[in-house]
Amino acid sequence: MTLLSTRATAAPPPRPRVRIRLRKEALVGWGFAGPFVAVFGLVFLAPIGYALYLSLFKDRLIGGTSFVGLDNYGEALADPRFWDGLIRVGLFLLVQVPIMLGIALLVALAVDSGRLYGRTFFRVSIFLPYAVPAVVASLIWGFMYGTRFGLVGNINDTFGVTLPDPLSPSLVLASIGNIVTWEFVGYNMLIFYSALKVVPRSLYEAAAIDGAGEWRVVTSVKLPAIRSALVIATIFSIIGSFQLFNEPSILQKLAPNAITSDFTPNLYTYSLSFSGQQHNYAATVAIVMGVITAIIAYAVQLRGMRKG
Amino acid sequence: MTSPTTTAASAASAPAAEPSASGAAPTASKRSKRSTRRKSIPHTPLNPRPSIPLTLVTGLVLVYTLLPLAWLVVNATKDQNGLLDSFGLWFAEDVHLWDNITRTLTYDDGVFVRWLLNTLLYVVAGAGGATVLAVLGGYALAKYEFPGRKAVFAVVIGAVAVPGTALAVPTFLMFSTMGLTNTPWAVIVPSLISPFGLYLMWVFAAEAVPTELLEAARIDGSGELRTFFRIALPLLMPGTVTVLLFSMVATWNNYFLPLIMIKDPDWYPLTLGLNAWNAQAQTAGGEAVFDLIITGSLLTIVPIVVVFLLLQRYWQSGLAAGSVKE
Repeated sequence: MTLLSTRATAAPPPRPRVRIRLRKEALVGWGFAGPFVAVFGLVFLAPIGYALYLSLFKDRLIGGTSFVGLDNYGEALADPRFWDGLIRVGLFLLVQVPIMLGIALLVALAVDSGRLYGRTFFRVSIFLPYAVPAVVASLIWGFMYGTRFGLVGNINDTFGVTLPDPLSPSLVLASIGNIVTWEFVGYNMLIFYSALKVVPRSLYEAAAIDGAGEWRVVTSVKLPAIRSALVIATIFSIIGSFQLFNEPSILQKLAPNAITSDFTPNLYTYSLSFSGQQHNYAATVAIVMGVITAIIAYAVQLRGMRKG
Repeated sequence: MTSPTTTAASAASAPAAEPSASGAAPTASKRSKRSTRRKSIPHTPLNPRPSIPLTLVTGLVLVYTLLPLAWLVVNATKDQNGLLDSFGLWFAEDVHLWDNITRTLTYDDGVFVRWLLNTLLYVVAGAGGATVLAVLGGYALAKYEFPGRKAVFAVVIGAVAVPGTALAVPTFLMFSTMGLTNTPWAVIVPSLISPFGLYLMWVFAAEAVPTELLEAARIDGSGELRTFFRIALPLLMPGTVTVLLFSMVATWNNYFLPLIMIKDPDWYPLTLGLNAWNAQAQTAGGEAVFDLIITGSLLTIVPIVVVFLLLQRYWQSGLAAGSVKE
């Protein structure tokens, strides 16, 4: 230990009374946490407060800004364009999240089982897309989906078939689901794998002695042990699905007819605010979306953490 | 050279998972102790035999993961004609990679280089600042009793559930009244907050820095700042690198925040620049620069992938700290 060498040259001060110690500790604690809290207030709390404030007003051409109470909320809840987007991301969530987490879990179990050749290579490679920006991932996949110089076009030319167009209105949501899955399978795999690594190995020995087969060990030992990781990954994925923006926003240029300006609630908020200049209504839609996200994430957490 | 040093060196440099090439028992020297041990233990549940079917099935996911990246590398070597004429997963007759890179870097008066420098600025200032704030904050939450500590933590964790886009519109309006939009500050300041990073550092500091050590330093008369820099910070290093990695990837890949805040192409990060080229290529009458988009995409991911691979062992500890807490 280097403690002895860092001893201050001055004689140690007499121990202060406890009350003073505590006050000093509080000051120092706030000193360390202060910078984070200050910036957090500026970029998180102030905007939330401002959004709430904006949502209570309306900007009319005649008469300027006026207080309208909860009118904007009523309008949002009755807005078919908002509901369309919400139902779309809801459907996306129900299909894409289980597929993504399922693949991630299987790979994590495979890597953790020690029965793979080249496990480190698997682990690092499958995690790699996490480092690829959503813009680049969407562009690569978007080009590959294309018929001009994409893989779909290559297959059509080579085999003389006509594959369904991944960028058509009926398929574009699934195509986006594929991009998101590709980006985040590795990230979720690593969450699961990290949780599996800290499971005491003696549990597996004990299970084996009790005659449990490999599947039985997975279902009865490994899955219960990483329950909290499963819940956390599910919550992150739900929040991500509700916030879906980057991929459809970038694919919009490649598939302008399939991806409308209200394709997801976030795209809708964006176009309301930055194309339509309806800041008050955009803030309202964003708040409603935030509340829905928080409620569902919280419900999943309660459901997942319940010992059952 | 004495033998102990050489064996230590060669044992350290030899990868641990290198089984001896032949099944024959290796010569009984200290150097091959590792491989003999690996060979002699029977396969138990804790040391199972590698399985070919499992490797093949997981290999499918690997192919799916690497296929788009392979497509990107292959097509970055083609010019516009090659893109249209040749098969997507194989090279065209002539390789234009160098030519493409030069054109990407010089197109439109070298605007790509400008975007790269902007991105570096946002990453250094944004991710660097985010890491500093998260380390200081996490250390305070873990090691100091102060009024409001629990409230700080609850509010920050609650904020994670708030969609970033819900904040975007009001943040944009706030920043535009402050005159910050269309400046680097509009991208850097929001990047400074990483709730996940704060949580990670809090968990990490609670376990990595023994309170007794801090107490001992205080009794020795070391000031709080000095104690932090000389004692706590070295212990916090692995967690700090993890937070830095997460923040770097987040700022390097950021798209939504600059999309809202930055209208002036001179301040675009790479992600917005690529998006602008793509928009230009898709509009009627715009110059179709697909070869530049593809090569630019490759150039955009190379630096972050290199950093990722060099520091990949740090991801593990961070995600583990985040997931073991019940």
